[in-house]
Amino acid sequence: MRRVYMDHSATTPVRAEVAEEMYKYIIDNFGNPTSLHSFGRQVRNAVEEARENVAASIGAKTNEIVFTSGGTESDNMAIHGVAHANKNKGNHIITSAVEHHAVINTVKALGKEGFTITIIPVDKHGVVDPDDVANAITEKTILVTIMHANNEVGTIQPIQEISKITREHGVIFHTDAVQSFGKIPVNVDDLGVDLLTISGHKIYAPKGIGALYIRKGTRWKQSLFHGGSQERLRRAGTENVAGIVALGKACRLATDDLESEARHISQLRDRLIEEVTSNISYVNITGHPTRRIPGHASFCFQYIEGESMLLSLDMKGIAASSGSACTSGSLEPSHVLLSMGIPHEVAHGSIRLTLGRDNTEEDIDYFMEVMQPIVERLRAMSPLDQETEFQMNSECEACKVSSSCRA
Amino acid sequence: MKQDIYLDNSATTKPSPEAVQAVVECMEEIYGNPSSVHRKGLEAARAVNRAREAVADQLKVDAKKVTFTSGGTESNNLAIKGAASSYSNRGKHIITTAIEHPAVRNVCRDLAEDGFEITYLTVDEMGIIQVSELAEALREDTILVSIMYVNNETGSVQPLDKIAGVIKRAKKDGKLPLWHVDAVQALGRLPVLPTKMGMDLVSFSGHKVHGPKGIGALYVGTGVSLRPQIVGGGQEGDLRSGTENVPGIAGFGAAVRGLVKGEGTAAEHMASLRKLLVEGVLNGITGCRLNGPPPGNIGAAPHIANISFNGVRGEVLVHWLENEGIYASTGSACSSRKQVEHSVLKSLGLSEGEAEGALRFSFSPENTVEEVKVVVRKLKEGVEELRSFAKMQ
Ligand SMILES: Cc1ncc(COP(=O)(O)O)c(C=O)c1O
Ligand SMILES: Cc1ncc(COP(=O)(O)O)c(C=O)c1O
Repeated sequence: MRRVYMDHSATTPVRAEVAEEMYKYIIDNFGNPTSLHSFGRQVRNAVEEARENVAASIGAKTNEIVFTSGGTESDNMAIHGVAHANKNKGNHIITSAVEHHAVINTVKALGKEGFTITIIPVDKHGVVDPDDVANAITEKTILVTIMHANNEVGTIQPIQEISKITREHGVIFHTDAVQSFGKIPVNVDDLGVDLLTISGHKIYAPKGIGALYIRKGTRWKQSLFHGGSQERLRRAGTENVAGIVALGKACRLATDDLESEARHISQLRDRLIEEVTSNISYVNITGHPTRRIPGHASFCFQYIEGESMLLSLDMKGIAASSGSACTSGSLEPSHVLLSMGIPHEVAHGSIRLTLGRDNTEEDIDYFMEVMQPIVERLRAMSPLDQETEFQMNSECEACKVSSSCRA
Repeated sequence: MKQDIYLDNSATTKPSPEAVQAVVECMEEIYGNPSSVHRKGLEAARAVNRAREAVADQLKVDAKKVTFTSGGTESNNLAIKGAASSYSNRGKHIITTAIEHPAVRNVCRDLAEDGFEITYLTVDEMGIIQVSELAEALREDTILVSIMYVNNETGSVQPLDKIAGVIKRAKKDGKLPLWHVDAVQALGRLPVLPTKMGMDLVSFSGHKVHGPKGIGALYVGTGVSLRPQIVGGGQEGDLRSGTENVPGIAGFGAAVRGLVKGEGTAAEHMASLRKLLVEGVLNGITGCRLNGPPPGNIGAAPHIANISFNGVRGEVLVHWLENEGIYASTGSACSSRKQVEHSVLKSLGLSEGEAEGALRFSFSPENTVEEVKVVVRKLKEGVEELRSFAKMQ
């Protein structure tokens, strides 16, 4: 069976060049970077070289990069660190309605600790209005955290406009660039951000490695991890050397190939969207029509359950997802789609197809070939047609599990 | 070229071929996100679960009790801060020792700033606590006791069964105290059986047991509730969010599976190497002192020997040995690049000079008798050379 991977926003395969580099630091150069002897020195140099590569890829200075265990840790570390270092200045944090759970849940946890949270809504394309941010800022505001590109619908936020506002008010600005980095230009000065999150496994490096950019002079303190003095006291714990080296390499490759890859992948993506919308009825594209990351196609197929679509596709060897990977086990429709005003029952039919450097025209052909019959079959089976709109009965257990419950 | 003799296995170990192979497999084949519902995701989720079972098997516990983290440091942070915030309504008193790794010591220091009260138990000249001191320190409002298994600098082993007895009695009296054990240096070297030994929380790190760096685990016992420190997508049963480090986890699992094979005999072998080294040095070189329990003592870990060489700066000796292809360290790797305060050695009663002249040798099951003989011979040569050089100045 043909196997097509269209879930690059969930994770990417590791590039061969990256893997090769990484193996050297598992097999032979296994030293601890803090050790004094040559085993230590050797890997310490490799870590610093990787740091230079990461820094260069986002226009940062080397000592503004801290390695972490991934995007989630970077988000937690950024937000907690700013919140706790600026407690005496204020307790107000602004975020958006479409953030990743790593941001939402961190902010919520701070909400329970006495911080006040404002959640900025988005329009039907999932875009934040910078004026809303301006209006939400108060004397007490210490942090704005708004993602660069959304993981479910691919919408790119007006980060530059927002950073103009935060700069004017002297408020610290963090952006989660996990989904944008490696796909569109990400430069910390152009964006005007103070902290920025990246994650390795979205850019063809392994899972379990990420980085946080912290602009020099930003009031931030480590408040998640305490221990050894690694990462210049900003992140304790023996460094994931192999992961770090891999991230450095992946960042360099991503920068080198950014333009050509973006061109190739957007072209495929545009064709995918075009074919889906012109050949299949009752499909809405979700997210912004143009301000979206290359490779990102997301839809709502009306009168179909997203999960059934995914399973049918999987049986045909196509890997896709309904929203973000973390929540795909959950039955709740995505908070991102709901906040864009998409009705519950339509949100249930969401699907995300995210293309990467390994996808080809033939993959799109294959997708169209299998998708059309799947849609027809599922719709024929579906009770979710226009006339019989689903009414959930809160007493009924089956209703909670499936919106196709007819009991 | 000389054959390298690596005696710095407490800083980090060489990943086992099985661990490397597991990492490679996850990089090249099993690249899905374990949370994805499609086949690629399922494969990855299975790899994670296989590793979880390997760790659970080694500990003889239920796999559900094992949570993967980014390393020993995170495990310690999650255990201590997680318990502190979860149980702060029951009290704000924590007991620990004077010789914990910075990943425990500095967490406690941070909690002290947040209004927790910390009692530090002292150790004797062998680096062992008095259990009676622990019993006296326990109070109604003691929520956590954090005592490590094997000390990373001296190899001293705490009397865990007696500690377990004291804590069990306190629990019977209606007190809370959870017991956290930093077993990073013990796994695969000495038996770690959390349920049998009465431990509630136990920390592990992959790179100390021939697995990759950047991966670790925390055992969380029945009925223990921890407040997560990293939140997000709800992975690891909501205790530790973030896309799982699948290659790291698989590599760790494979490394742990490898430990099982050598159990018992590996420890005996390392203990004999330690004995050979310690006796060789103490009998062959004047002005040396073993920091920690002597060979044969029940408080001695099989794989770590810390020795002070009078009149020699540890750092200089490390570099001298390195020229001979021998790798050792001055103390724990985490602090060896900073001007260290040698707090652990001083807790054992060492003077500044003795602490300055201390070297740590740490074995893996791969080290050989021949290697140790070479090291003893070279040490004699090096120490004599450095001492006579110091006299000339
Ligand atoms: C926007 C966004 N932020 C954060 C994360 C979390 O990163 P990681 O998976 O490395 O923990 C993800 C990916 O899951 C993401 O898409
Ligand atoms: C006793 C002890 N605890 C914790 C750690 C920290 O583990 P990691 O290096 O995985 O962060 C170490 C090692 O440095 C250690 O020796």
